[in-house]
Amino acid sequence: MTVTVLLFASYADSLGARSMRFDMPQGATVADVLGRVRALPGADRLPSEPLMAVNERYARGTRVLEAGDEVAIIPPVAGG
Amino acid sequence: MRTTIVHAPIDAAALMAEVARNSNGATVLFVGTVRDLNDGRPVNGMEYTAYRSMAEREMADIAHEAATRFGTMDIVVEHRIGVLELGEASVVIAVAHPHRGEAYDASRYVIEQLKQRVPIWKLEQYEDGTREWVSAGSGKREEGSGPIGTHLDADDDSVVEAR
Repeated sequence: MTVTVLLFASYADSLGARSMRFDMPQGATVADVLGRVRALPGADRLPSEPLMAVNERYARGTRVLEAGDEVAIIPPVAGG
Repeated sequence: MRTTIVHAPIDAAALMAEVARNSNGATVLFVGTVRDLNDGRPVNGMEYTAYRSMAEREMADIAHEAATRFGTMDIVVEHRIGVLELGEASVVIAVAHPHRGEAYDASRYVIEQLKQRVPIWKLEQYEDGTREWVSAGSGKREEGSGPIGTHLDADDDSVVEAR
């Protein structure tokens, strides 16, 4: 199944991309997707446990994904 | 109740008018603006970016929570993204309630939650030409920021109460 990963702000700069797609096995979790991202150049600048979201909601690493899910890696927010 | 991300300058007076109602005795207007100094470094502008769809969803959630907690539906929040100049409003929160206590509390709740949860980031542009993402996680902005440990830079904000 395919999942989309969104990157923002400093994380997008570090990895040189704002979005990417991964083909993941059924039953893959948020943590599994993060593991794939970590294998990419520039990912060493991600913190050990970044905030994650699935389909616009904050989610834990154990969350099991479905085909088409949109996973976001959320840098420390700084709105206001 | 209305919450949104905008690109154009925010019309604070329009937001205040939007929450006006004869049953309300207090309106709190919160305006967050771009400040000229961060951590001792002169700043001459700020670029805000957002995970827009999620940011709007979180802002709507926060407004609903405030409505439930403090008992008013008269809450309007606009957060601006894009390049902002010094002194321009990045966020405006208008809350009206029959009584001032709840109006203040609801306004404070919305801004503190927004700063903690809404996926918006700012790229500070310094006078020396460099740019840097403001990192809430670095802790560098939290020192001496006031009585509430969760907020990040409440001292760049102004509050006006109108009757």
